[in-house]
Amino acid sequence: MRENELAEEIAQHLQDRYNELVAGGAEPEQAQRTALEEWSTRELMQALRERESEYREPIAAGATTHGHLLADLWQDILYGVRVLRWNPGFAAIAILSLTLGIGANTTIFQLLDSIRLTALPIKHPEELAEVRIIQPNGRTGDFTTSHPMLTNPQWEQIRAQQQGFSGIFAWAQDRFNTAPSGETHNVDGLYVSGDFFRVLGVRPELGRLFTAEDDQRGCGSSGVVLSNAFWQREYGGASVIGRKMTIEHHPFEIIGVTPANFYGLEVGKQFDLAIPICADPLIRGEYARLDVPHEWWLSVMGRLKPGWTIERATAQLAAASPGIFEATRITAFGAEEEKHYLTYHLGALPAGTGVSDMRKDYETPLDLLLAIAGFVLLIACANLASLMLARASSRSREIAIRLALGASRGRLIRQLMAESFLVAATGAGLGLLLSRVLGGFLVSLISTERNRAFLDLAPDWRVLGFTLGLAVLTCFLFGLAPALRATRTGPSEALKAGVRGNTAGRERFGLRRALVTVQVALSLVLMVGALLFSRTLGKLLSVDPGFRPNGILITDLDLTQLKLAPDRRQPYKHELLERVRTLPGVDDAAATGIVPLSGNSSNSDIWMDGQDSRQKKTVDRSWISPDYFKTMETPLVAGRDFDGRDTASSPKVAIVNETFVRVMTKGANPIGMSFHSPVAPNRPEFTVQVVGLVKDMKYHDLRDENIPIAYIPVAQAENPDEFDTFMIRSRAPVGDTIAAVKRRVAEANPEISLTFHVFESDIRNGLLRERLMATLSGFFGLLATVLAVIGLYGVMSYMVQRRTNEVGIRMALGAGRLRILGMILFEALVLLAIGIGVGLALSVALGKTASSLLFGVKPADPVTLGLAAGLLALVAAAACYVPARRASKFDPMTALRYE
Amino acid sequence: MLMRYIAARKLDRELKKGSAELLILSMVEDRPRHGYEIGKLIETRSGGILRFNVASLYPLLYRLEDRGWIAGRWVEKAGQRRRRYYRLTAEGKKALQSQRGTWVAFAAAISRIAGVEHA
Repeated sequence: MRENELAEEIAQHLQDRYNELVAGGAEPEQAQRTALEEWSTRELMQALRERESEYREPIAAGATTHGHLLADLWQDILYGVRVLRWNPGFAAIAILSLTLGIGANTTIFQLLDSIRLTALPIKHPEELAEVRIIQPNGRTGDFTTSHPMLTNPQWEQIRAQQQGFSGIFAWAQDRFNTAPSGETHNVDGLYVSGDFFRVLGVRPELGRLFTAEDDQRGCGSSGVVLSNAFWQREYGGASVIGRKMTIEHHPFEIIGVTPANFYGLEVGKQFDLAIPICADPLIRGEYARLDVPHEWWLSVMGRLKPGWTIERATAQLAAASPGIFEATRITAFGAEEEKHYLTYHLGALPAGTGVSDMRKDYETPLDLLLAIAGFVLLIACANLASLMLARASSRSREIAIRLALGASRGRLIRQLMAESFLVAATGAGLGLLLSRVLGGFLVSLISTERNRAFLDLAPDWRVLGFTLGLAVLTCFLFGLAPALRATRTGPSEALKAGVRGNTAGRERFGLRRALVTVQVALSLVLMVGALLFSRTLGKLLSVDPGFRPNGILITDLDLTQLKLAPDRRQPYKHELLERVRTLPGVDDAAATGIVPLSGNSSNSDIWMDGQDSRQKKTVDRSWISPDYFKTMETPLVAGRDFDGRDTASSPKVAIVNETFVRVMTKGANPIGMSFHSPVAPNRPEFTVQVVGLVKDMKYHDLRDENIPIAYIPVAQAENPDEFDTFMIRSRAPVGDTIAAVKRRVAEANPEISLTFHVFESDIRNGLLRERLMATLSGFFGLLATVLAVIGLYGVMSYMVQRRTNEVGIRMALGAGRLRILGMILFEALVLLAIGIGVGLALSVALGKTASSLLFGVKPADPVTLGLAAGLLALVAAAACYVPARRASKFDPMTALRYE
Repeated sequence: MLMRYIAARKLDRELKKGSAELLILSMVEDRPRHGYEIGKLIETRSGGILRFNVASLYPLLYRLEDRGWIAGRWVEKAGQRRRRYYRLTAEGKKALQSQRGTWVAFAAAISRIAGVEHA
């Protein structure tokens, strides 16, 4: 049954009686009293209750019954369910907006949660601490993994001298090729010390895991442990213990499988297999890192002894530091570097949440996105509150009659809140489901083929708590004010309600106007954000990298299986390049040691001939073959390219870029000038002559300013290695080029391992974060604007409706349609102007938090601010024009009669 | 005044027994009426003797509606608040005829008995 209809009907009855009494000459107050006195709430309740058997649920009149709080609550909720069932349109809009709002917030929060807060899936993760150099600035050497914190000599010293840890282990990440020959099949691998699994408390799912005995010097191929996911993916969960697999061309016996919940120590990644650190010499041959003091590649973690704190462990490590660094001196870079090295000291840092590149890259963006999603939810709540207020005024008679029937205000508020809570809870439940889908989608957005993102998004208590908190918060945000407002009417106003010229709506209307102003302000902030991030992406996409990546296929070659003598390597690579260069469709091809924007880099401190060595500056380096600049389509400005004249025995030469000239020669023509390169491992200081000048090229990152670069001919590389990278510019489709290169290289030697990637995609993948921010902030900005415009439209329509009489009177008094249109629009524009003003101030204030994620635009960029304000004003004005125009089309007579 | 009060109390009891259903059904027989009108009409036509209480009238209306004898519908008229009008359904028509028959028989019986005693 329809309680509110009943209430309306009885209210109508009372009004009729009141009108009759007044018409009969009674004073209004007397009439009101009489009308109310003539009937009894108790009797009505009793009469209605007699029909309870006929109704499924009792009528919730709102009278307070004592001592049945839970029963009352249940009744309130049932009542809420029915109210919502009668208003399916309202319920659908409310639940949908909350589902979207809460879903978006939960999605971002669960990503943040799993990246930042979730502890590693091991026993007592809070006992875990990382041992590292506290201020590792200015380290020199080779950095060969993604977390190159320490060297192996340092690790061995730490293991021997630490006292604060009951167990300690080292580990490093690497990519391992598991294909026996030909094109590589790279997987994510771990080097682990013998105690790795024991200290972490990871038990085998199958077979056994490594122990200290497995990780002994000279171990060779002492077995491999597979991750559960890899085991399932590659072997279908079959029995694999004792089977052999190929890792970097060496057979390894599978000795065990880890449990499914253990993904490694890096949040955002999943390891595929692990081998002991002692296998490094077997895998890397002449590039083995175990005894090289300047090979930084390991991370070290330990489990604190009972009673030891991070501070105590740090103090102990700091005390042991001088001895440790003394014993692991790096002498290869000269006395100055050596002195600097000895100043380092070790410390312990909490590591219960593991390490994470993703945390570093995505923490700020996700924080911002959470704030943005929060704004969207606020805007949605403002819309709902506005809807609830509108509903509350249409239900004012129902509510007044309930008050007249003896309901307490508190109980009525609770009933209204029960309704809001139902909406919020349903929205939160659906939002949680939505976030499961969206979460997976977002993770796939930040994954690339070479860098698979893995996040465990199973909702934990924090995510559930967050969602529940959002539900309660939104419920109060959109439900409380309307409920308070709605129940403020005294019972006697039931009779007055609807009387002509009533102005009771004014106050409510004020609140709705305030809500709209807030909505406009917030959506402007989000629009500014969206524009800033999409302009950032646009600027990055239009940055001139100094070369043309389109059509370039990158081919990494691994010649280790050929076991070439050092002096044979360069000629062999040169010959391979010549074979590839003649493939049909290939325009140009060149070799390089460092692919721009790939994350690899090498630098050296140099000084110009005639300068003091103390005036040395850091310059980035790359090794290139002849025709490299032609392949990259980078113009040579002066001098010459490398050619056959530049050999290992000819004078050392270099080509430099324009920034090098600005920094090193103060703009003077560098051709013919020389610079000095300092000592490095296995070679003394030497002099290089500049023979060419090229346009600037980006090196580390598209976002960087141009930096000085010196290009050195591959033929003059100091220690020719067994690897190479070819840049191949081809007109043929990528697939065809790959097949052709594979065939051509296999003709030379099938033992050569090849890895292919497309230059353009690599660069695009480097902009994932910017793309994510631009896409999501754009989406949220649009959503916010749509919500705000709907809110504005709703309020303007409501206002026009409330002012129908007034419009009628004005028209009757001679106001023209344009005047009416102007009057209504002016009202709207005032709201809009206030909203936009507040929004602009907020945007400027909040913009600073986003500045680290921006490129090429300032947070308070006037063009962006103006564009956002203009766009929003345009859309919002269009939304206001519709109701204003409706008002100007009123027929004055109808408008005057309108109640 | 006292007389009217007693009449109203009595009528309430009658309502519960179901005889007042007859009154309401008759009121909406020729055309749909709203609750206030029904109450007012009963009061006027009974010369002020029969008066409905809000607490009795509306629950009764809903009961009749639930039974399918009358059907309520919200009607909006220009310049007025909407009102709920009740009309007699086909089923209600049958019920009215049967109740009328019963009532006539009942009244005749009462008056016969009362008349005999009076005489």
